[in-house]
Amino acid sequence: MTTGTVPTQERGPVTAGTRGIAAYRGYRPPVGMLSWALHRITGLGVLLFLLLHIVDIFLVGYGPETFNELLFLYRHPVFRIGEIILVAGLYYHAANGVRIILIDFWDKAYQFERQLFYGVIVVFLAGFIPTAFLMIRAMVR
Amino acid sequence: MQVTLRIQRFNPETDTKPHYQEYTVEVEPTDRVLDALNQVKWYQDGSLTYRRSCAHGICGSDAMRINGRNRLACKVLIKDLGPKITIEPLLGFKVIKDLVVDLEPFFAQYRTVMPYLINDEPPPTRERLQTPEERELIEDTSKCILCACCTSACPIFWTTEWLGPAAIVNGHRFLFDSRDRATEERLAVLNQRFGVWRCRTIFNCTEACPRGIQVTHAIEQVKRRILFEQS
Repeated sequence: MTTGTVPTQERGPVTAGTRGIAAYRGYRPPVGMLSWALHRITGLGVLLFLLLHIVDIFLVGYGPETFNELLFLYRHPVFRIGEIILVAGLYYHAANGVRIILIDFWDKAYQFERQLFYGVIVVFLAGFIPTAFLMIRAMVR
Repeated sequence: MQVTLRIQRFNPETDTKPHYQEYTVEVEPTDRVLDALNQVKWYQDGSLTYRRSCAHGICGSDAMRINGRNRLACKVLIKDLGPKITIEPLLGFKVIKDLVVDLEPFFAQYRTVMPYLINDEPPPTRERLQTPEERELIEDTSKCILCACCTSACPIFWTTEWLGPAAIVNGHRFLFDSRDRATEERLAVLNQRFGVWRCRTIFNCTEACPRGIQVTHAIEQVKRRILFEQS
């Protein structure tokens, strides 16, 4: 049945913005959602670096000259800053991974979900700050 | 006090996409968001469409996004939100009109977990008794009112078709019931690829539940049961 002059085929329920990645913008994220989003983003970042690392190790097969020629990439300032970001991602992903394992296997973990996340941030900062300091110092020298 | 409601509107007969409309209403700080919505519908704009039934947090009809989080409009007080309130329909479902979404996929997932007692043994002459300890196991998940706050707060549900928190909570309700005998059938449903394993322990469901059910904890209990019973 049609109503008025509007053809029903062109109208009807909308899904725009309610499903898919677009929906992420529609929800004010609680702590758990932030920790999950960061876990995914850092996971993808680490994966990306891993792929690059596989490529450079693969080049060893072509002899030391080829391998050494590629190493200029790792000395480039942009890449070295990228490495600091990579370390940040690694520390976060590792610490939050332990939090997820605790939630999965420790029956009482759900009561401390938020505190565990704050613990993740403490572990992350405790690891990242000294490492970043050493990396920046080596970079400046 | 005066509050401004910014409500997402969508009329399937005239609109191709949703838009926002603002209404200013006079309410008491101790009024609920539902009272403010009723003010709009009864005195300002009768075309505003939303579900509500009991208005006391029991029927679960008026679940919607209030200031970006899933809440029951009948349980949130105006004074806890401030003078500007944004109200939008639940995420993850088709919008039928304004704040009304098509919950059929939600109930379809709910039915798959067989949310009823299954026991083929000859009926006893009196009630099937439980110990207080046995009852305690299903205390939390028995509180579900099927409002869909949890399922539509789940980021995995927005992008993937999976059982969703509410269906698992109701599976848990019977899985951990000492009187139920369909453990294997239910575990088989929950152990599917799009069963409990899609849960990434984001805790949005637990945060959103208006009944205070520890949803993520229930899902984790089901995961552990599958893991330790089937290994």
